[in-house]
Amino acid sequence: MSRLRKDYETSRFRRFEKWVDGEAAPPEFRMETKAPLKRIPPEELSGPRLNEEKINAEVYDERHNKELKIFQVVNKFASVALCVTLIGVLLWTVIYLPEFGNPDNPTNNEVAARYIEKGVEETGATNFVTGMILDYRAFDTFGESCVLFIAATCVQVLMRLDNSDDRKKMKKKQAEENDRIYEPKNDLILQKVSCVLVPLLFIFGIYIILNGHLSPGGGFSGGAIIGSGLILYLNAFGFKKTERFFTEKTFRRITLAALTFYCLAKSYSFFTGANHLESGIPLGTPGAILSSGLILPLNICVGLVVACTMYAFYTLFRKGGM
Amino acid sequence: MRIFELFLLIGLIVCALSVSFTKKLLTSIIIYMSYSSIMAIIWVILQSPDLAVTEAAVGAGVTSILFFVTLKKIRAIQEERQEKERDDEEGGK
Repeated sequence: MSRLRKDYETSRFRRFEKWVDGEAAPPEFRMETKAPLKRIPPEELSGPRLNEEKINAEVYDERHNKELKIFQVVNKFASVALCVTLIGVLLWTVIYLPEFGNPDNPTNNEVAARYIEKGVEETGATNFVTGMILDYRAFDTFGESCVLFIAATCVQVLMRLDNSDDRKKMKKKQAEENDRIYEPKNDLILQKVSCVLVPLLFIFGIYIILNGHLSPGGGFSGGAIIGSGLILYLNAFGFKKTERFFTEKTFRRITLAALTFYCLAKSYSFFTGANHLESGIPLGTPGAILSSGLILPLNICVGLVVACTMYAFYTLFRKGGM
Repeated sequence: MRIFELFLLIGLIVCALSVSFTKKLLTSIIIYMSYSSIMAIIWVILQSPDLAVTEAAVGAGVTSILFFVTLKKIRAIQEERQEKERDDEEGGK
């Protein structure tokens, strides 16, 4: 059993704990709060109170306050001047950049030559960009997907309304009811158009993801297209229809599975690549759909994560949950 | 082709300026969407179709949808409408 210190109640950690829990904060952690300005009817004013009120009225009277007017004018000019200076500095830098498309530019070095000459042979992807993103520079892409994941977590922290206690449940219900109070429900035009568009969007998105290593596109763009298709479907038919196949549980499972697979697959290839081992993953014939080793499954993973994240962002903004 | 490119670039600048000079937030988001669409065409001309697909899907699609929802969440769209209604009522009287 751990022994409590004698001065535990007054210790710094305990006070911090109290402050985190939202109990009566100790004075040094208390935030300085200003008393709200009270409007007092003029009859009750007298002596110093009247003076104070007069000064307040003068300060907050925007039409006749000369200093405020001057400040506003100066502010406008200063912001324009700042913008113009920034644009000028940036354009001035552009003058010193090498000419666009010049073969002697520093970007045309041995790295780019290697990618173009040996890219197909080494990655098996006919689309160089995907070969670069998901093979040569996969570590960067891994960092990018982590950034996306952190962004999704931050949005959840800010926007999510959980229903753990009764008051919060009420709040969530209210948010759901207020969600489309000013919009027409079951709009016929929107429904008919989305009947045509949503399947097309899904198929186009899946096509882009699966052909990421053959033609322009890849996981991120295909996932964004599928996500926007989901959002369109949700707008046309409401939450009841989408909840039949997409709930928070589905979101969690898909995201977790895809990120874990990405992490494991990429760790494996980093490990073998760094130690110059044979990875044992066949590259296949370049140009076939089942080729280029890990790039196709990784593209599918990225696409799933992006589609789910886009949809989750939208629902979180709409009603604070899925 | 050169003229088409110039036309697109001028459109880009016009869009970028008008985003900041429009009074209504809703209009500026729609102009921002058109900016992204023009940018997507320019990416195709610059021979990077990968970026063009992403720009069209994310820039013109998802980002502006999120902007719309945010405006609704902070009641910027509704209030505009209410103000307009109020103005109409006062005008009717």
